[in-house]
Amino acid sequence: MPEFPPSLRSPQMDQSVIGQELPPVTMTVDAGRLRFFAKAIGETNPVFTDLEAAKAAGHRDLPVPPTFLFAIELESPDSFGWLADIGVDLRRVLHGEQSFTYHSPAVAGDVLTATPRIGNVYSKKGGTLEFIEKASTVTRENGDVVAELTSVIVVRNIDGGSK
Amino acid sequence: MTATQDITIGIELPPLQIAPISRTTLALFAGASGDHNPMHVDIDVAKSAGLDDVFAHGMLSMAYLGRLLTNWVDPQAIRSYRVRFASITPVHGKPTATGKVVAIENGLATLELTVALDDGTVTLTGDAVVAL
Repeated sequence: MPEFPPSLRSPQMDQSVIGQELPPVTMTVDAGRLRFFAKAIGETNPVFTDLEAAKAAGHRDLPVPPTFLFAIELESPDSFGWLADIGVDLRRVLHGEQSFTYHSPAVAGDVLTATPRIGNVYSKKGGTLEFIEKASTVTRENGDVVAELTSVIVVRNIDGGSK
Repeated sequence: MTATQDITIGIELPPLQIAPISRTTLALFAGASGDHNPMHVDIDVAKSAGLDDVFAHGMLSMAYLGRLLTNWVDPQAIRSYRVRFASITPVHGKPTATGKVVAIENGLATLELTVALDDGTVTLTGDAVVAL
């Protein structure tokens, strides 16, 4: 693990953020965006890019790939602002874990809203590693739950969080 | 796509080999995924944090593992999918995604999933549950 310059060291996070709700973010799932995502990940299965292939496979429209729902929250103009607000420098952040639980298939044209909430916040290794859990529910306009997402974000501190 | 009646415990999914990850791929993925964290695309920012270079988005590797799954089952069949990011994937890293059926119960198959680089470094481990 690299050593971070002193300017990147931060005090330990305030535990009062646990349970804090973050602003909901809404995305209209755009077919062009799904094709761009498919290109970026090297997806060649036509079900994800060709409407006829998608319909032939029984989808209402182009299906969203399994991890695409992660993009909804990132549509916020300042998508990492919540980290800065709790004193975390984005340069010290790693993605630790990610999960998706799917309840209803999402396709192009769907209007989806992600509602995130900060879960537990804890440290390990004497404060050199801090962990932030975040849970988000993705719903359709009619309130149906499409998926639940959980993330664990790891913050690497070099000073043991002693400041 | 595999006919679901052919799915049995121990069956391995056809591995998905990815070409070395280029800076262009990271730029495209930043745009397409909405993850604009400069640590993945801007070497100046990476250096300011004491790193030698940018590194790949963890979610890019999770998307590759997702391709492994949807090459094999209908995306609508996936009930859950989760990973732990074990190591950073450097620029030019060459990931291979693999998966194996480890349980079948009540019409649901559980798969164990891994992404490893060609030097043997395991970058992701995880599991998925798919409806049969």
